Amino acid sequence: MSDETRTDASDKPRTDASDKPRTDASDKPRMRVNPRITERIAKAIIWSAALLVMVVLLAIIIYILIKGLPVIDWQFLTENPHNMGRDGGVFSTIIGTLMVVAVAIIIAVPFGIGTAFYLAEYTREGLFTRIVRFSAESLAGIPSIVYGLFGFLFFVIYLDLGWSVLSGGLTLAVMILPTIIRTSEEAIITVPRSYREVSFSLGGTKWQTTLKAVFPSALRGVANGIILSIGRCIAETAAVVLTAGSTLRMPTSLFSPTRTMAVHFYILAREGISMENAYGTAALLIILIFIINVVVNALIDRFVAKNR
Amino acid sequence: MSKLREKTPGFIFMALALSSISALALITVFIIVNGAPIIAKVGFIDFVFGMTWAPSEGEFGIFPMILGSVLVTLGAAIIGVPVGICCSIFLAEFAPVPLRGIFRPAIQLLAGIPSVVYGFWGLLFIVPLIRDRLGGPGLSILAGAIILAIMILPTIISISEVSLIALPRHYKEGSLALGLTHWQTIRSVMMPAAKSGIVAAVILGIGRAIGETMAVIMVLGNAVAVPESILDPVRTLTTNIGIEMGYASGEHQQALFATGIVLFVIIMILNLLAQYITTRRPR
Amino acid sequence: MRIIVAGSTSVQPYAEILAEAYCDMYPEIAVDIQGGGSSAGGTAAQTGTADIGMSSRALNQQEEGLYVIEIAKDGLAIIVNPANPINNLTLEQVSAIYSQRIDNWSSLGGNNAKIHVIAREDGSGTRSAFVDLVMHNSKISPRAIVQDSNGAVRQLVADDPNAIGFISLGLVDIGERPVKALSLDGVAATHDNVVNGSYNLTRPFIFVTKSEPRGITLDFINYVLSDEGRRILLAEGLVVD
Repeated sequence: MSDETRTDASDKPRTDASDKPRTDASDKPRMRVNPRITERIAKAIIWSAALLVMVVLLAIIIYILIKGLPVIDWQFLTENPHNMGRDGGVFSTIIGTLMVVAVAIIIAVPFGIGTAFYLAEYTREGLFTRIVRFSAESLAGIPSIVYGLFGFLFFVIYLDLGWSVLSGGLTLAVMILPTIIRTSEEAIITVPRSYREVSFSLGGTKWQTTLKAVFPSALRGVANGIILSIGRCIAETAAVVLTAGSTLRMPTSLFSPTRTMAVHFYILAREGISMENAYGTAALLIILIFIINVVVNALIDRFVAKNR
Repeated sequence: MSKLREKTPGFIFMALALSSISALALITVFIIVNGAPIIAKVGFIDFVFGMTWAPSEGEFGIFPMILGSVLVTLGAAIIGVPVGICCSIFLAEFAPVPLRGIFRPAIQLLAGIPSVVYGFWGLLFIVPLIRDRLGGPGLSILAGAIILAIMILPTIISISEVSLIALPRHYKEGSLALGLTHWQTIRSVMMPAAKSGIVAAVILGIGRAIGETMAVIMVLGNAVAVPESILDPVRTLTTNIGIEMGYASGEHQQALFATGIVLFVIIMILNLLAQYITTRRPR
Repeated sequence: MRIIVAGSTSVQPYAEILAEAYCDMYPEIAVDIQGGGSSAGGTAAQTGTADIGMSSRALNQQEEGLYVIEIAKDGLAIIVNPANPINNLTLEQVSAIYSQRIDNWSSLGGNNAKIHVIAREDGSGTRSAFVDLVMHNSKISPRAIVQDSNGAVRQLVADDPNAIGFISLGLVDIGERPVKALSLDGVAATHDNVVNGSYNLTRPFIFVTKSEPRGITLDFINYVLSDEGRRILLAEGLVVD
C-alpha cells in the first residue's frame, strides 16, 4: 500500500488496492441467514471473548496483587535483599531491571525504527528487503532461551563484557528488535497516503516528509511496539539470567552484574526460598509495568496532540 | 549537495536495516557451529526421529519433543487465535469508549506480565484444576496450551487492532451506506483489508508460543515420551534446552544446541509459509 | 576488589549466604554470586569468567584439570505428599517406582491411585546422585515428570497426593506447605542420620577454580571452610565434616 509514496513507483504496476477494498463478492449470495441474527450472534461471541479475556486478566492480576501488595512497603522498596532474598527488600533488583531495560530500548529503538522506515519508505521490494524482512521475522521466532545462550557466548565471553547490565541489555535489544521493526513498519505503512502527498505538494523533501508527516502519525503504532518491547524486557527471565547474571548486589555501572526482578521472582518462587517475597516482587513488577504503560501513553498523547 | 543530503537518510536507514541481518547471521552461525557436530555423529534421522532421550547414556532422540512443541503450540493457537481476533474486533469496533480506555491498557499490561508469573499462576490454578477435574498429574499439554494461549493474546490483539483501526474511514462508511450490517462490514470489508496485519499478528503470536520457555517449563511436566492424551505431560524443544542447559556439558550441551537447530528450522519453515501467505495477497 | 562465583543453582543459595556474611566482615570486597548451573560453573571457571565455579555433582571429563574444593555434603530425601499413608520404602521399591515397574500406590500398601513420578532433569547433580545411589540396574522411566529445581519438585509433591519426588534434605522443611520425607529401609531421612552415616543418600557440593586459588579468592574459600563458614552451612541444613 506504500507503493504510491515511492519516488519511482512507475517501476511497479500501480494498483487500486488502497482505494477500493476487495469485497468478497461470493459473500452476498451465500448469506441466507437473516443478517440481523448473524449480527447478534457475532456480537455476542465477540463480547463474550472480550469478557473472558478480562476475567482471566483480572484473575491473574488480582490474585498476585492480593498476595503481593501486603508485602510491599517502603522497606521492601528501599532495602537490598538479604539472606538469599528471604529477608530485606528488592531495591537492587529494581535498579538492575531499569538499567537492563534502558540499555535494551536505547539500542534497539533506533535500529528498529530505522529498519522500519527503510522497509516502508526508502526502498522498493527487492532481494535486500526480502532478506531484511526474513531476518526480522526469523529473529522474532527465536526462543528467548536461545538468545540467552547466544548472549552468553557472544557478549559475555567473546566480547568479554562478563555478566553485566550491558550484556543483558544488548541481548534483550537483539531480542526485541523484530517486535519494534514489525510494529513500526505496520504503523508507517498504514499512515494515509494523503499525508505524504500533502507534504510533497508543499515542497517537502522525502526526509522532511518522513520526519514531519509520516513519523508523527505513525507514532501511536510505534509506541505500541515500544511498550510491548519494554514489557517483554521486564518480563524476560531465560535470556537475562544467562547474560546479566543473578547476583543480589547493587549494580554500580554498565559492567556490573545484576539480578532483574523477574529473575528474582523466578528464583524465589521456583526454589521455594520465600513465597511472600516472591508475591511481593511479582506485584511490584505488575505495578511497574502499569506505570510505564500509563506514562508512555500519556507522553504519546501529548506528542500527537502537539503535532496535529 | 542537496541531493547528497536527500540521500543520506536512506543510507542511514539501510545501514540500520543491516542490524537484523547481522544479528540473525551471528546467531545462526553460533548455533550451527555448536550443534551440527552431534547431529553428524548421531545421524540426522536418528536424532530427529529417535524416540529416546538419555544424554547421560549417549542417546539423543528428540522426536517426542518435536511432537510436544507442535501439539502445545497448536493447542495454544486453537484457543488463543479466535479469542484474540475477537478481542481486536471488539476493541476496534464494538467497545464503548470508556471500556476501550480500560481494555486497551489492560492488554498492554497483560503483555508485560513476566512469563514466569504466568507459569506460576498456571501451576497454582490451572494445573490443580486439571488434576482434580480431568485426572492425571495436571502438568499436561492442556495446561501448557491454556497458559500459552493467554500469553499470546496481547500480541495478537494489539497488532490486529492497530491494523483494523488504521483502515481509512470511508471503507466502513461506504459499506454501511450500501446497506451492509455492521458485522457484514467487518467480515467482508474490514477484515480482508486488514488481513496482512492480522496474519502478522497471528504469526507473531504463534512465534511467541513456540519460543516460550519458562512458563511452559512450569506447567508441561517435561516428560520425554510420546503423549497418549492431552492430559499427559510432554516436553517441547524449548523446554528441553531450558531445563537441561544449566547442567549440560560436552555432547549433552551440543545436543541441546542441535535441538536449537531443529527449532530454528521449524521456525524458518513457518516464516517461509507466512511470507508466502502475506506476499501472495493482491496488493 | 571483586570475586565472581558462578554455577549450580543448588549451591547458589548457600554461597549467597556465605558471601553476605563474608562481605559484612570485609566491606571492601565484593562477592558476586551467579547461577547458570553446574556446567556453566565449570565453563566459567575454565574461561576465567568466574573466579570460582559451583557444582552439585562430581566433575566430568571435560572439566578435568580444575581445582576442586568440597564445601559440604547434601542429603537426598525421597518425598511424598503428607496425605500419603506410606512412610517407609525400600531402595528397591523406590527404584521400581522410578522405572515404573510399580505404577500404583496400592501395590505398596497405599491408596488405589496411579503414582505420579517426578524426577530432575538429565545432567542435574541431584539426578545423577539419585541414579547412582538408587537406580542401580534400572533406568528412570521417560514418562516421569521432569522438573528443573528442588523447589519445583517440592511444590508439586506438596500439591499432589499421588506424587513422589527427590530433593535436597535441607529443603524438606522450607516452604509454605509441608511434604513428607520417607524413611529408606527403616532409616529416617534426618540430618543426624546423614552425619552418622546410616542414611547414605548424599552428594557433594563443590567449588572449582581454574588453578590453585590465590589472593582474595583463597581467602574467601578459607572463610567458607572455616568454623564460621561451616556453622553457617550447618545451620542451613547441609552436612559438613
